[in-house]
Amino acid sequence: MNNTQTLLKGIIKENPVLVLLLGTCPTLAVTSDVKSAVGMAAAAAIVLILSNLAISLLRNIIPDKVRIPCYIVVIAGFVTVVEMLMHAFFPEIYSALGIFLSLIVVNCIILGRAEMFASKNGVVASIMDGIGMAIGFAIALVAMATIREVFGAGAFFGIEIPFLKDYTIPILTSAPGGFFVFGLLIAIVNKFLSKKRKPKAEFGCEGCPSANSCNKTDCEKEAE
Amino acid sequence: MFKDLIIIIMTSVLVNNYVLSRFLGICPFLGVSKKTNQAFGMGVAVILVMMMATLVTWPIQRYVLDAFGLEYLQTIVFILVIAALVQLVEMFLKKVIPSLHASLGIYLPLITTNCAVLGVCKNSLTEEMLTKADTPQFLYAMIYAFASGLGFLLAMVLFAGVRNRIAASKPPKAFEGTPITLISASIVALAFFGFGGIAENLFK
Repeated sequence: MNNTQTLLKGIIKENPVLVLLLGTCPTLAVTSDVKSAVGMAAAAAIVLILSNLAISLLRNIIPDKVRIPCYIVVIAGFVTVVEMLMHAFFPEIYSALGIFLSLIVVNCIILGRAEMFASKNGVVASIMDGIGMAIGFAIALVAMATIREVFGAGAFFGIEIPFLKDYTIPILTSAPGGFFVFGLLIAIVNKFLSKKRKPKAEFGCEGCPSANSCNKTDCEKEAE
Repeated sequence: MFKDLIIIIMTSVLVNNYVLSRFLGICPFLGVSKKTNQAFGMGVAVILVMMMATLVTWPIQRYVLDAFGLEYLQTIVFILVIAALVQLVEMFLKKVIPSLHASLGIYLPLITTNCAVLGVCKNSLTEEMLTKADTPQFLYAMIYAFASGLGFLLAMVLFAGVRNRIAASKPPKAFEGTPITLISASIVALAFFGFGGIAENLFK
């Protein structure tokens, strides 16, 4: 697989949010308006690309047995850097994202890409993968935030839309609306991907990035 | 003090439910809620881990990080402490109480990197939580962790019941699987939405 394909697959075919179903928590929580969605996407993109780069450079040094803790430390380091930068230069977005900014550290997308891609591939390919996944994450976040802000608050990026602001659906900007819009978006993606006979996204051990490190056989046995 | 504690429990279980209104811990909520008993096991494990994590991270933040001006290390320290702690508890249970390990232990590794656990640890240290003057702060944080876990358990078990019903019905083709699960989560969240304001008006 060449680098362009690596870059492009993250955008649609393996979109981290809509197809791989990773990183659902920030997707639901920060998409009530477009501005914070963009802030979140940017912060996650920086962490994702840098951690992919660092982990791919370190992949031959990190011992296999303690790789997950090592990845977490690398990711947490970058998250702290981004957090401090955001606090200094974009205080408005920093307070809008609140706790979710530091929770990027437990975002499955980043740990997942470290485990599945950066630990096995070269530096250039890992950066490409990071950029692709970051774009895919950003597209999903902005798409969801656009739907929720336009119809829920009658505005886009804080600017009011003349006609829609008189007919808002406020519930879309609160918690239940988040689940609802996310469900609709996945249904739309399923509709298009099912024509190409792609297996449907499903929650469970297969999608979990830490599946290899935990005793997944145990929890699947329990499920049956 | 007693009133404070009741309010914090009502708020974290019903009003600011971690899963349904704060969107923390969505992965286990959607992933492990197919069977009611599984959901219950996961919920209990989450309560335990949340309480243990708060028990350890709260003093670390207050007496080590704050005292030495190292607040910026919070994220790194917390995630490592929680990961090590969960691993330790799992090993302990496996050795000492194998029967409990068999029923709860399997969920423990799954919760190590759960954002709800880290979220509770961080939230229990916010300004708002530390300024409740008439309750001992540490006790307050522990009750908060317990109540948050309880809210998680409640949401999990309720939602597992809902999913049992959905499994028997047939949604439109594009909605099969994840989308219909999310739509029903939305309806459950809507039900919890109705609790808004209950805590403030409880003692009026």
